[in-house]
Amino acid sequence: MASLRDIKSRITSTKKTSQITKAMEMVSAAKWNRGVMNAKAFVPYMEKIQEVTASIAMGSKDANHPMLTSRPIKKTGYLVITSDRGLAGAYNSNVLRQVYQTIKNRHKSNDEFAIIAIGRVGRDFFQSRGMNVVLDIIGIADQPSFSEIQDIASNTVGMFSDGTFDELYIYYSHYISAISQEVEEKKLLPLTNITASTKLTSYEFEPNAEEILEVLLPQYAESLIYGALLDSKASEHAARMTAMRNATDNAKELINSLSLSYNRARQAAITQEITEIVGGAAALE
Amino acid sequence: MKTIKVSVVTPDGPVYESDVEMVSTKARTGELGILPGHIPMVAPLQIGAVRLKNGSNTEFVAVSGGFLEVRPEQVTILAQSAEQSSEIDLERALRAKERAEQRLHERKQENVDFRRAELALQRAINRISVAERKI
Repeated sequence: MASLRDIKSRITSTKKTSQITKAMEMVSAAKWNRGVMNAKAFVPYMEKIQEVTASIAMGSKDANHPMLTSRPIKKTGYLVITSDRGLAGAYNSNVLRQVYQTIKNRHKSNDEFAIIAIGRVGRDFFQSRGMNVVLDIIGIADQPSFSEIQDIASNTVGMFSDGTFDELYIYYSHYISAISQEVEEKKLLPLTNITASTKLTSYEFEPNAEEILEVLLPQYAESLIYGALLDSKASEHAARMTAMRNATDNAKELINSLSLSYNRARQAAITQEITEIVGGAAALE
Repeated sequence: MKTIKVSVVTPDGPVYESDVEMVSTKARTGELGILPGHIPMVAPLQIGAVRLKNGSNTEFVAVSGGFLEVRPEQVTILAQSAEQSSEIDLERALRAKERAEQRLHERKQENVDFRRAELALQRAINRISVAERKI
């Protein structure tokens, strides 16, 4: 049996850990709230731009743009969104596992794909496996604003345009609720499946459809990326919050069982002492 | 007078929403005024101000990287960033302007940074003029 002092120090250290995890839980809860709000604020913009893009891309059959047409696939791009820090439960590993398996199934050599990693965890994962990471971005704010993301998004879209890859998939953790997130796989480029929720309007174009698509499509793709990032930020904080709550609960349980054995050990020590005194006294008589 | 619903939406959330009598702005092809009952239309916008007229009162919104979408019952402006004149941080815009000017002075060659500095300067000037309402 561990000594009294050992148990005591374990209890103190577990208590300190639980204080930290508790604080982290509360921090994540606040960030999670903000993250969900940001994701909500983005919805009207996304819906609107989707509607307009769909109207133009579907409405005018002659409208042709490189971003709308599929070309023979020589190289596939994967945009993987993870967090910069761990301690978020299975948040990162779920995404990474799925991407890793997909790549292993689809491709035989390193030249057939390119990875764009957002987040330190994802970057380190792919780099340590010697996979082809063409672009990595770390240190994205917890509440990213669109202007922060614009560079990344336009770089990514640019890589598609200049032929670094011929299609682009995006992988991220989709936020469902505070306790459940799901890995989402989306084909981002070429934009083949634009669907509008409402009925299409036929527009006049100023100056013409091609020139509008020229500006609109990159912007649309950028906002898809931004949307995915907001979504995955919300799930990151939700995942971290849940993980930290579990950790706090576990620490509490551990403290309980440790204090029980501490009390037992103390009682045993006292009993033994009494027995010794009584034994000593009896020997004197 | 008849009015039309106008909303200015950015990725960071809606910025402006109201009924107005006239929207006027600068599209890539030139000045553009929209009155209620306009034909459905889409046009990319320049970095500039959107003027929203309602009676004798005119409101200004600084817009960059945006689109104008006109529907029979509403006008939507989709922009990468937009601020109402009252919400512009003038100090920040002035600083941004100085920074951009400095960068333009430093490198005079035609490259990406130059182009970006130019755009940044345009945005800053736009914000300043909207904030001071000198349009």
